[in-house]
Amino acid sequence: MAVQSTRGFAAYEAQRLRSKWMDRIMRVLTGAFAYFSIIVTVGITLILIYETYHFFNELAEQGISWTQIFTETEWTPLFEVPKFGVVVIVVGTLMTTIIAMVVALPIGLLSAIFLSEYAPPKLRAVLKPTLEILAGVPTVVYGFFALLVITPILQKMIPGGDAVVAGLNALSAGFVMGIMIIPLVASLSEDAIYAVPNLLREGSYALGATKFETIVNVVLPSALSGIISAFILAVSRAVGETMIVALAAGQSPILNFNPLDSVMTITAFIVQVSLGDTPTGTLPFFTIFFGGFLLFVMTLILNVLADWFVRRYRLMY
Amino acid sequence: MTVTISPTEVNFRANHDRRKLTTNIFLVVTFLATIFGLFFLGLLLYDVFQKGWSYFNWNFLTKFPSRNPSEAGILSALVGSIWLMFLIPFFAFPLGIGAAIYMEEYADRDFWINRMLEINISNLAGVPSIIYGLLGLELYVRLLEPLTKGRTLLAGALTLSTLVLPVVIIATREAIRAVPRDIREAAYSVGCTTWQTTWYHVLPMAFPGILTGTILALARAIGETAPLITIGALTFIAFLPPWPVTTAVNEEGVVIVEKVSLGLNSFIQALQTPFTALPIQIFNWASRPQAEFHAVSAAGIIALLLVLVAMNSVAIFLRALLQVRK
Repeated sequence: MAVQSTRGFAAYEAQRLRSKWMDRIMRVLTGAFAYFSIIVTVGITLILIYETYHFFNELAEQGISWTQIFTETEWTPLFEVPKFGVVVIVVGTLMTTIIAMVVALPIGLLSAIFLSEYAPPKLRAVLKPTLEILAGVPTVVYGFFALLVITPILQKMIPGGDAVVAGLNALSAGFVMGIMIIPLVASLSEDAIYAVPNLLREGSYALGATKFETIVNVVLPSALSGIISAFILAVSRAVGETMIVALAAGQSPILNFNPLDSVMTITAFIVQVSLGDTPTGTLPFFTIFFGGFLLFVMTLILNVLADWFVRRYRLMY
Repeated sequence: MTVTISPTEVNFRANHDRRKLTTNIFLVVTFLATIFGLFFLGLLLYDVFQKGWSYFNWNFLTKFPSRNPSEAGILSALVGSIWLMFLIPFFAFPLGIGAAIYMEEYADRDFWINRMLEINISNLAGVPSIIYGLLGLELYVRLLEPLTKGRTLLAGALTLSTLVLPVVIIATREAIRAVPRDIREAAYSVGCTTWQTTWYHVLPMAFPGILTGTILALARAIGETAPLITIGALTFIAFLPPWPVTTAVNEEGVVIVEKVSLGLNSFIQALQTPFTALPIQIFNWASRPQAEFHAVSAAGIIALLLVLVAMNSVAIFLRALLQVRK
């Protein structure tokens, strides 16, 4: 009897130790997996800084002054006599981004208001997932759409036709990019609007305000931090978008402010170089990392700003 | 009997009607805004099917790309995408689910390094996909060349796995967080370790959510183009990875099976072959000037959309199936 219970205890003790060790091993293993994501961030940062350093090194070696980056108004790293006016690709990026925002921000916000304030639950249950499909369509498909559907339509609609609207232009790329970003703005703004407690709405109705007045004067101001953060994330998304602009916005190396003409964005430039046979370790090769560095810094600032906005101005109810 | 309306009441009524009207106009405006995006989604689908449907047939699915639009097929791209679809989960899912388990079940949230982990992951999710391409080019194509042999399937799969890792982590965390606290407390109270609680109680309950989230993340990876172009995936591939079969093309341009090769060596060799994928092929055709190639591109888009719809359906089906069981 006594022996048996000792044996039972020993078995229990062994089992307990095994469980304990298993727990420790899994803790370390899953922890390692989690910290791998930090390695990814550090890796991206180091690679971009390292190759950007090489870019400036190579510039110096070829006798090109680095100040050219700010003074030149042409961006032709692949040419015989390369020029590095970074303003060209920055302006191209900003132009497509602004066009996209003109479409995505108002439409996205209005959709969010409709879905959260007006739509009956059944309609909302249908509309919301359908709108999400827009975000699930691969960007290369949007590129196809901008290039082969929207551009011809613009050429028909805008007086002057092909002579005024180039086959590759910032407007159609930006417009389609805006459509792609609508669900992002809509769903993030809707989350913010949804978080506004019903008490506030009811208080407003009790004072005799209409639905419109309640939305404009009570709901939107309360949800403002979330909505602004959604807008900033939308900008970040547009800045980094690649395939739509690579297909539909063109590769113009000259500084251009006309949205009906071709522009080159940072991302489109990286694609252009990647498609060619650029040997590693040459100046054009380093240039794409310089472009990536610019892009990374821009999106990082925007993402941090969006996060800060939510945290800083979140109203607690 | 006549009802007399005082002047103030007339004003009030007029004002009231105007305010009512504003509200109703606003309703219409917000509704139109919601429909706006859907209208363009419809236009997109209509145009793609109208342009590409006549090219979308068995021949198209079973032939290699060609200089002649009517001969062009999508086989190598389709096979490339299917390879990626099976390789990405192999890297991204264990890593992503493991990381999510650590963050939800093990990590002490007040510890600064774990807070940094949270910020880091939400930032990684916001990094443009083309930056992951640059990471892949430097890390997987150049530094790990002895392993990946350059611009190959393995390098592509690793790049896309890194890209979807934050998405997998976020989706898994949400699914794990949806498991009620009581379940964990019950397990702890009978003496379970954290791992036993996670493995036997939390994960089985969170499984449908994790599965759906990860399949959707995978669908996103399959539609990505920019990172693959950046790491230098080719746009013209007229061969298939030599596993599970090695193939050849006969005189009529039809792909035939030459021999079955299920060995480990041919599998490793397959991982180290140059590749193409559906989105790259679509991009390549769309960027050519000839209208015939645009139609071929549209047919490619139909194939890609069908693959994505299939993946999403599987996710929805599995979720429904597993939730009924519970």
